[in-house]
Amino acid sequence: MTLIQKIGIILFIIALGIFTLSLGLSEYKLTEESLEVDSDYHKTELIQLAKEQGILNKTYNSNIEFVSTFKNLLKDAQASLNAKAEAGIPEGVQEWNYKIGDWKVNDSDEYIFPNVKAASTGLLPNNSGLFFWLTIGLGILGGLLFILPSFNLIPGIKNDGIYHSSMTRGLKVNPRAFALGATIIGVLLYGVFKMNGDVFWPLLTALVIGLIYYLVFYKQGQKELTPAKSASPIHTGWLGVITGIYLIVFYILLYWVPEYLTNWVLLVDPISRSLSGNPASKWFLYGFLYCLVVAVMGIRMIAKYRHNKYQIVRTISVIFFQTCIAFLLPEILMRLNMPYYDFKNIWPLNYTFFFDYNINNLIASGGIGIFMLVWGIVLTIVGVPVITYFFGKRWYCSWVCGCGGLAETLGDPYRQLSDKSLSAWRFERWIIHGVLVFAVIMTIMVLYTYFTGSRNILFLSSDSIRGWYGFLIGAGFAGVVGTGFYPLMGNRTWCRFGCPLAAYLGLVQKYKSRFRITTNGGQCISCGNCSTYCEMGIDVRAYAQRGQDIVRSSCVGCGVCSAVCPRGVLRLENASLDIVQRTTQIRTNHIAEMSDTFIPIQ
Amino acid sequence: MHIAIIGNGISGITTARWIRKLSGHRVTVISSETTHFFSRTALMYIYMGHMRYEDTKPYEDWFWEKNKIDLIQDHVTSINFDEKKLILNKSELSYDKLVLALGSKSNKFGWPGQDLDAVRGLYSYQDLEQMEKYTPGLKRAVIVGGGLIGIEMAEMFHSRKIPVTMLVREDSYWDNILPAEESAMVTRHIKDHHIDLRLKSNLKEIHDNGSGAAGGVTIAETGDKIDCGFVGLTPGVSPNVNFLKEGPLNIERGIVVNKYLETNIPDVYAIGDCAQNSEPVPGRRGIEAVWYTGRMMGETVANTICGEKTAYDPGIWFNSAKFIDIEYQVYGDVRNQLAEDQNTLYWEHAGGQRSVRINYMKNGGAVTGFNLMGIRYRHEVCEKWIRDQTTIESVLVNLSLANFDPEFYKEYESDIIELYNRQENKQLKLKSKRSLDKVLRFLASSKA
Ligand SMILES: Cc1cc2nc3c(=O)[nH]c(=O)nc-3n(C[C@H](O)[C@H](O)[C@H](O)COP(=O)(O)OP(=O)(O)OC[C@H]3O[C@@H](n4cnc5c(N)ncnc54)[C@H](O)[C@@H]3O)c2cc1C
Ligand code: SF4
Ligand code: SF4
Repeated sequence: MTLIQKIGIILFIIALGIFTLSLGLSEYKLTEESLEVDSDYHKTELIQLAKEQGILNKTYNSNIEFVSTFKNLLKDAQASLNAKAEAGIPEGVQEWNYKIGDWKVNDSDEYIFPNVKAASTGLLPNNSGLFFWLTIGLGILGGLLFILPSFNLIPGIKNDGIYHSSMTRGLKVNPRAFALGATIIGVLLYGVFKMNGDVFWPLLTALVIGLIYYLVFYKQGQKELTPAKSASPIHTGWLGVITGIYLIVFYILLYWVPEYLTNWVLLVDPISRSLSGNPASKWFLYGFLYCLVVAVMGIRMIAKYRHNKYQIVRTISVIFFQTCIAFLLPEILMRLNMPYYDFKNIWPLNYTFFFDYNINNLIASGGIGIFMLVWGIVLTIVGVPVITYFFGKRWYCSWVCGCGGLAETLGDPYRQLSDKSLSAWRFERWIIHGVLVFAVIMTIMVLYTYFTGSRNILFLSSDSIRGWYGFLIGAGFAGVVGTGFYPLMGNRTWCRFGCPLAAYLGLVQKYKSRFRITTNGGQCISCGNCSTYCEMGIDVRAYAQRGQDIVRSSCVGCGVCSAVCPRGVLRLENASLDIVQRTTQIRTNHIAEMSDTFIPIQ
Repeated sequence: MHIAIIGNGISGITTARWIRKLSGHRVTVISSETTHFFSRTALMYIYMGHMRYEDTKPYEDWFWEKNKIDLIQDHVTSINFDEKKLILNKSELSYDKLVLALGSKSNKFGWPGQDLDAVRGLYSYQDLEQMEKYTPGLKRAVIVGGGLIGIEMAEMFHSRKIPVTMLVREDSYWDNILPAEESAMVTRHIKDHHIDLRLKSNLKEIHDNGSGAAGGVTIAETGDKIDCGFVGLTPGVSPNVNFLKEGPLNIERGIVVNKYLETNIPDVYAIGDCAQNSEPVPGRRGIEAVWYTGRMMGETVANTICGEKTAYDPGIWFNSAKFIDIEYQVYGDVRNQLAEDQNTLYWEHAGGQRSVRINYMKNGGAVTGFNLMGIRYRHEVCEKWIRDQTTIESVLVNLSLANFDPEFYKEYESDIIELYNRQENKQLKLKSKRSLDKVLRFLASSKA
C-alpha cells in the first residue's frame, strides 16, 4: 500500500465515522409549520393533542425519544378521531379523510418519516452542506485516493492476499450458518409484525423453507454428499463480518424504520430538489448512495482489470445504466411531470410493475405512460427471450441490471465467497425457481384483482400476498440478505438464489441461447481459479477439465473466470452450432480425435 | 479384480475415475502426501492468497466414497512384485493390477548446504507448508534455477512483498526452451517486477545461519554472497522412483514403459511424471512431466486395464504457462533454435508484452508450431493446422479462427499478416473476423 492509499483509507474511515455519527446530530421540534399530513382534520387533531401533551414546540435532543413520542401522538390522534367519528363524521367528508388509517400509523413512509425529517433542526440540518462534504464528499475522496494509485501497477490479475485479508476471506461455516439462520428467523418474526399479526404467510414461508431443506438434504440424497465442501477460511475474517453487519443494519433501517435515517436524507435534500424539485425521500438517498458506490467501486473494478477490455466495457455499462437510466432519468421525468419510471427494470424483478397503482398511474399519464406500460410488457415478453437468445443472460445481469451493477462493483472483492458445493447448487435451483413461481402467482392474483375488482381468490387476498412478497422478497431477500451478505456469502447471493428475473433469463439461457463458455482443448490444469472466482458458485473447473463447453442457467457472463484463468482456457462466446454436443462430450484424452467412444459421465 | 494405484496426483486419480466409469473393479488409491487429490499446479495460489487448499481440490470430499474409490493415506515403502503385494508403513495390500503414478521429486545437485532447513524445492504440499513456515519475518529469498517452477516461486514471494533474488544459469530466462525474443520478453518482465534476476549465475554453496537453517548463498561466478532466510531449489524435477531402483522393475531415468504404458513386469503399469516412454510418438519426449500427459495416460491405462487395450497417443505437443502476468501457450514443436529446414514469422506488439510466432517449413510452407505470449489461441484450430500441414499463407488469411482472446480485445491478425506481407513481399488479406460459428464449421470439416 502506498502512502497515498493509506491516507485514502484513513480519510474514508473518518468520513464513514462522521457519516454514522451524523445520525445523532439533530434536534427535533414539532411545530405547526413542520407538521406534514394530508388532511386538515388530522392536522388539527395532532396539533391539539400535541399542545395538550406539551409536545408542540418542545425541543428533543434524541432522535429515538422524538420518534417514540411522535408515534404515540399519532396513535392518540387516531384513537381520538375514531372516537369522534363514532359521534358522526361531518357532512360531505370522506371517512379516510377524517380518520387516520392504520397504515398511516404503521407504515413509516406515510406520516412518521416525513414528520421526523421536517421536525429536524440544529447542527446538522443547519449545516447540511458542510456535513455533505464531510461525509459523502470525504468518503469519495478517500475511496478515490485508495483506488487511483493502483492504475500505476503492472496490469494483470491482482488477487494477492484475498484469502489473507480479514476483509475478504469470509466466515467459517458455523458462524455463517448462524448468521443466515438468525437472519431468516428474524425476518420471519418481524414479518408477523409487518403483517399486523397475520401469521399465515410467515408460517407458509417457514414451511416452504423446511420443504426445500428436506428436498435437498433427504430426498435428493444429500446425505451421501457429506461432508459438504467447506467454504470456510481457517480464521473468520472479522472485518468482513463487521462490514456485513453494517450493511445489514443499514438495510433494516432503510426498509422498515427509515425515521432513524432522516439526517442522511437531509444531507441529499438539496440535490434532490435541484433534480426533481421534490424533497429527498429515503429512496432518493438510497439511489444516490447506490450510484456513488457503483461509480467509485466501478473505477476500482476498471483499475483492477484494466488489462481486460471486456471487464472495462462491461463496468462502464453498469455504471452508465445505474447512474443515468436508473437514477437520473426518473428524477428528470418527475421534474417534467411524467411518471417515475426506470426503463431497464424488468418484471418480475420489478415486481410492482403490474400493481394497480402503477398501472393506473401510467395510464393516467397519457401517451408517455402508455408507452412505458407497453415498453415494460414488451421487454418482459419479447426483449428478454430474444436478447438472451443472442447474447445470454449476461446482457442484463452483468451489463444493465442495478443489483448486478452493485454486485460487480462493490461486491467484486467478495466474489470468491460463493459456495461451490453441489448442495449449494441444489438449494439454488429450488429457491430461485420457487421465487419465480411466487412472483408469477402474486402477479396473477394482483392482476385478477385489477380486472375483476375482487380482492380475494379462494381464501387468499391479493393485498396480503403482495404485501408479503414486497416484505420478504423485495426487502428481506434482495436487500438485507442480498447485499448485507456480500462479505458473508459472496456478492451474488440475491442474483443466484433469489432473483425471479434471473430465473427467467436463466431458463432461456439454458434451453434456447447461443451463449456458452468454450474451453480451450486440453489446456486446463485444474487449478481452480475459475471456480473460486465464479460469483455464481459454478464449478467451472468441473467442465473445463473435461474440455466441455459450459452452459449453465445461473452464469451471468461476468467473464471473470476467463480473466483469472492462468492458462487461457475459457472464452465467452455466442454461437448455436453444436452447442449440445460440445457441452456433453469429454474432450481431454486426445482432443483431435473427438472420437465417438466418449463415455458421458454423471 | 483389485487395482491398486500408488499416487493420488492427476495421473493416478484419472486412472481411478476412468476405471470406475468403465467397470466395477475394486480401486484403491494410495498416497502419503494428502488425503484427497488436489491440484499441484495451484500450490502457488494458496501461498499467494488467491485460493485456499480446499479450492484446489477438483472434487468434493464425498466424491470418493460415492464412487467407491478407496483412499489410503500412507507411504508405500516397497513392493513385492512376485506376490503382488504392497508394503505400506502401517499395513500391507495385495493387488491384481498395479498402477505406478508416483510423480516427480525436485532435483538437487549436491550443493553444499542443500539439506539445511529453509532450503526447499516446490513440489509437494509439504514444501508449501515449509515456505509458509519460513515466511514470517523473511527478509529475502533466493531462488536457484529459472524454469517454470522457479518463476512461480519468485512470484509467490513477490506477492508477499518479500524481495527475491533469482539465480539463473542461462544467459536469458529459460532460453534453453524459449526462442530468444520470447526469452528476452520474459526477462524484461521479471525485471519490471523488481525481482533481482541474476543471469549466468550458478549456486556455489548455501550457508548455515548458525542454527541449521539457510542464512545466505554464494554465487559461483562472482563469488558474491547474498544474505537470505530461504533458498528455493527449482532446477527441474526428475521421476520419483528411488525406492524401486533396487527391484526388478526396469528403470532408466523413469520407469520404462511401452506405448501401452506397461512396464517390464506383467500387470504393472506406470504413468504420469514417473513414466519414461520407450517409444514416444514422433515429436514427443520420453518423459514429459506436465499435467495433461498425466491425465491422458490415466485415461489410456484405465481403458487398457478394463479390457480395451489402448496405445498412449498424446498427439501434437502443446503446453501453457504464465510468467507472472504474461500468459504463454505453445502448440506444436517450437524450439529455442530454429530447425535448419524451417522459417519463422515472429510478430511482437509494440508494448513488448505480446507476441505471436509461427514456424513453418521452408519447403512447401507447412506450419509446424505456434508460440504465443500474452495472446490466447485455440488449441483445436492450431492442432488441426499443424496436423493437416496447412501452409503458412492459408493459416495467415484464416488466422482469426485461432483467436481465443476475450471479447473486445484488440485483434492483431491483420498486423501479423502485414508483417508477413512486408517480409515476403506478398499481398495477403485476412479473410474474416473471428467467429465461433466459423471455427466450429472449420473443425467439423476436418472429420471428412
Ligand atoms: C509448482 C508446480 C507447478 C506446476 N505447474 C504446471 C503447469 O502449469 N502445467 C503443467 O502442465 N504442469 C505443471 N506442473 C507439473 C504437474 O503438476 C505434474 O506433471 C503432475 O502433477 C504430475 O502428476 P502425477 O500424477 O504424475 O504425479 P504427482 O502429482 O506428483 O502425484 C504423485 C503422488 O504420489 C505420491 N507418492 C509417490 N510415491 C509414493 C509412495 N511410495 N507411497 C505413497 N505415495 C507416494 C506422492 O506423494 C504424490 O502425491 C507443475 C508442478 C509443480 C510442482
Ligand atoms: S479453466 Fe483455467 S482457471 Fe479453471 S481450472 Fe482450468 S486452468 Fe484453472
Ligand atoms: S461461469 Fe464465469 S462468466 Fe459465468 S458467472 Fe461464473 S465466473 Fe462469471
